[in-house]
Amino acid sequence: MPATGRIGRVFRVDGIHDLGGMQGFGAVGHSPAEPAFHQPWEGRARALMEAVAGAVQASGGEFRHSIERMDPGHYLTSSYYEHWLTGAATLAVEHGLVTQAELEARAGGRFPVSRPAQAPAVADASPEVSEPRFAAGDRVRVRERHPPGHTRCPGYVRGKEGVVVRLDGTHSVPDIEAHSTARRYEATYSVRFDGASLWRDGQRGVWVHVDLWDSYLEPA
Amino acid sequence: MSGGGRAERRGRGKQSGGAHHPAPMSPVEQRVAALEALLTERGLVPEGFLEEVIRRYEAEIGPMNGAKVVARAWTDPAYKQRLLADGTAAIAELGFGGEEGDHMVVVANTPAVHNVIVCTLCSCYPWPTLGLPPAWYKDPPYRARMVREPRTLLAEMGCELPEDVEIRVWDSSAEVRYLVLPQRPAGTEGVSEAELAGLVTRDSMIGVARL
Repeated sequence: MPATGRIGRVFRVDGIHDLGGMQGFGAVGHSPAEPAFHQPWEGRARALMEAVAGAVQASGGEFRHSIERMDPGHYLTSSYYEHWLTGAATLAVEHGLVTQAELEARAGGRFPVSRPAQAPAVADASPEVSEPRFAAGDRVRVRERHPPGHTRCPGYVRGKEGVVVRLDGTHSVPDIEAHSTARRYEATYSVRFDGASLWRDGQRGVWVHVDLWDSYLEPA
Repeated sequence: MSGGGRAERRGRGKQSGGAHHPAPMSPVEQRVAALEALLTERGLVPEGFLEEVIRRYEAEIGPMNGAKVVARAWTDPAYKQRLLADGTAAIAELGFGGEEGDHMVVVANTPAVHNVIVCTLCSCYPWPTLGLPPAWYKDPPYRARMVREPRTLLAEMGCELPEDVEIRVWDSSAEVRYLVLPQRPAGTEGVSEAELAGLVTRDSMIGVARL
């Protein structure tokens, strides 16, 4: 693990991909219709990720985290399918399918891969939480956690209170499957937040719903 | 999005990835070609695998599927009821489902409520009914702003809503994928289901437009 793990820790652990509410972006470059792929290499990059993820049996969490660990500057300045390419190359290198040196030799130049995972591998996934702790209508608070690895708990709802509006069955906890072959299954919920409670400049008449795993929540 | 790969393995890909291609390639194209060539040499990319993945995304899925679901809901009240109660099952009735569409929730617009979908963490999107997400859906401005200032952003995108219309934003942060059921446009009484499907836009099913 490189020494760079210590610098910029707060920034790194929360991840450049966690964009909800981040300010300073301009207009959305909207277009009413688009082809699936704008250039041939995009489709090939996407398909290569499928080949790699299949070869190494990557979970959804491990796949997403391979992109989330990109250098933040590279992430924000590269296109979506460059993210997929970088993630695919990262998984291929980490699982020993290729080396970064081979990639760079073949590409005739730099081939950046994502930074190493900061979270330790999960040795004990702990028991499944098959019984939901909450029911529709319950008030809940999102735990104020900043895990060093993958999570699907967006930063903008941590510490915030909301109301459970829907139960969605039990699903593998991303925080565990991204760092291990171990699995834990928990209930997931759709939780409704008042937009005005999320942001000091929140807009009126806005409800933001976020889908969250059981262990992300505590009773409010 | 998901990384689930297909396990078919039938020998080597026919394209070398262009490592010796004479045409000039951009750096990112060179990187794609490098990864493709190395994986192909190691037998990890079966012949035709990449082309088949690309064909599937280009030809089989897209908003034309979601439009059929919407048109059916507009013309068949019992179907609409099933769609809102169990989106996955009702969408499967029309033959659509699979990866990124196996936990579907359909949210209905009304005169008083407007729904819009986003994925702040990556690019989750209902592939079987809407196809792959457009570039702007995956880019930072949309993901950052839709949960914070949806009224402003929708207006910027041409969807100006009266102040008294409640906005419901759905951040697809777990396994559910959302589809917005837009309101049926006025004056379409007597229009056939197939013609109605032609009126349904991708944007109206994401929730960044009203019809």
